[in-house]
Amino acid sequence: MARAFGTFLGRKVQGKMLNSNLKLNPNIFNTDVEQRATREGYGKGLVELGEKNPNVVVLTADLSESTKTDGFEKKFPERFFECGVAEQNMAAIAAGLGISGKIPFISSYATFSPGKNWETIRTTIVYNRSNVKIAGHHSGIVTGPDGATHQATEDIAITRAWPGITIFVPCDAIEAKKTTITAGEIDGPVYLRFTRDKTPVITTDETPFEPGRSQVFWTSDNPQVSIFAMGYMLYQGLLAAKALEDEGINSLVVNVSTIKPLDEDNITELSEKSGAVVTVEDHQIMGGLGGAIAEVLAKNKPTPMEFIGLQDTFAESGKPNELLGKYKMDKTAIIEAIRRVISRK
Amino acid sequence: MTEELHEDKLKELELTAVKTRELIIETLLEAGSGHSAGPLGMADIFTAFYFHILNHDPKNPNWEDRDRLILSNGHICPVRYVSMALSGYFPVEELKTLRKINSRLQGHPHRTSLPGLETTSGPLGEGLSQAIGIALAGQLDNKKFQVYCLTSDGEHEEGNTWEAAMFAGKNKINNLTQIIDRNNIQIDGFTENVMPLEPLKAKYEAFNWEVLEVDGNNIRAFVDAVRQARAVYEKPTVIIAHTIPGKGVDFMEKDFHWHGKPPNRQEAKKALDELRTLQGKIRSEHQ
Repeated sequence: MARAFGTFLGRKVQGKMLNSNLKLNPNIFNTDVEQRATREGYGKGLVELGEKNPNVVVLTADLSESTKTDGFEKKFPERFFECGVAEQNMAAIAAGLGISGKIPFISSYATFSPGKNWETIRTTIVYNRSNVKIAGHHSGIVTGPDGATHQATEDIAITRAWPGITIFVPCDAIEAKKTTITAGEIDGPVYLRFTRDKTPVITTDETPFEPGRSQVFWTSDNPQVSIFAMGYMLYQGLLAAKALEDEGINSLVVNVSTIKPLDEDNITELSEKSGAVVTVEDHQIMGGLGGAIAEVLAKNKPTPMEFIGLQDTFAESGKPNELLGKYKMDKTAIIEAIRRVISRK
Repeated sequence: MTEELHEDKLKELELTAVKTRELIIETLLEAGSGHSAGPLGMADIFTAFYFHILNHDPKNPNWEDRDRLILSNGHICPVRYVSMALSGYFPVEELKTLRKINSRLQGHPHRTSLPGLETTSGPLGEGLSQAIGIALAGQLDNKKFQVYCLTSDGEHEEGNTWEAAMFAGKNKINNLTQIIDRNNIQIDGFTENVMPLEPLKAKYEAFNWEVLEVDGNNIRAFVDAVRQARAVYEKPTVIIAHTIPGKGVDFMEKDFHWHGKPPNRQEAKKALDELRTLQGKIRSEHQ
């Protein structure tokens, strides 16, 4: 399997820049960069899958519009099931469909599914090996004004421990559509994590997506730090890397959109090359991307690490940007973490 | 469609039910842990299913047109394993591996471990929803198979059970028949003391289900109820099957202490003596 890193190492990379091999959005650093919500990509992916495969079915628990399943509902009403506010029932009905040749997607807010119905999913979907795709919406503190009850910040921790599950956290709306379609093509349970708010479009339709692969989005010669980011937070990582280029701090920014199985080889290789790591996520640090990468590096290549994420606390109501600032998860916090970790080398 | 039960077939089924109970006792003794009362109480219903009601093929357990028998209260799996062995899904000898390492017979049923199991179950309240999912898939694919879901009375304390009941009532899932094992016991005592379920019939009627009540230890009555249920097309049907927990073994009957434990060697011998003489009605142990 060709590696993105190997590919760009093979070329003479001049200075610091977006990885040109990945055909990323050239306008990413413009202030008027296009913004779309990852849940929109989910909705579009579902419709496309529904057209391709008559076995795709969609279930929701009274959140059709806000989880963007309404497009599928309109187009394929006979394959859409409204379960009411009953997430356990939704999960177990999907389990029955999934062991009977159907490809069910269940959609709710991640605090409720896979939060409230965690054991139902564990038993009837994951252990039962039913071909169900679990879409957790409104993830992270950027869910904003609704407050911490609706901000899913532990969902990766509780799903990552399940044997045999695949986990995708797309970085933008375009990758969200690709991960949704890929999830429908994978045989087995998948967890997909989406956000409510519009976030910058980082990739393009031409950007390759391969499940299980992490990709270097920002490249540098002789990098001093590798920034591994999950979901829309990748954008904050890119902003930090760009801001530090003038100071002569070289970095790599890596999109880790498959959380499980984690791209262990590439993560180890990149960490070894840069000698320092910062992880960036809108999730509890405990059990999230940072924890997962720490497990890999502790085993393969112990490396100084700093963690950006929610620090063992619940957040609160507020505007997304206000919250990212207050909880030390914005560009400024990432820059500070980079300086700290480099000083520890 | 389930056929009417003729007298000679009924006698055959009743003997199979006795054999089933004997094997339950022997299997539990060998396993050293597990549940006694529920499996014994449901031996007649499982016998009726595996040897008369179900349209199935033990040699082809994944046959796509088979009727589906979903066991929601997975802890009574010893009776299912015994019925599966007796009807030819796997050798009777394999029952000795129940709850032991490297066995296909997990302490609670695991679908992918043993062909012929329809779901993974044990945690309560999840089977009816899964049965609905399987029934919906059957409808989407225009299949004629029937989905039977066995639940316990105790698991009606789980909210999930009622979420499923609401969904099935709303969507008129008529290729689904639920059978509730109404044996009135659960781990901590009698259901009506732990958490009253009555009026159970009225509750299901209020959820838009057709409700039948039957003596779950009377094979003829039970088969008739299933036939009656299959004639209802307007809504899902639930059969409240009144069973005697521990049925067939006098010292276990109606005693909730036998919900979650196996017999020891002496108790097993006493139980087998009783079963083999049909509670003293026949003399020879080798009848």
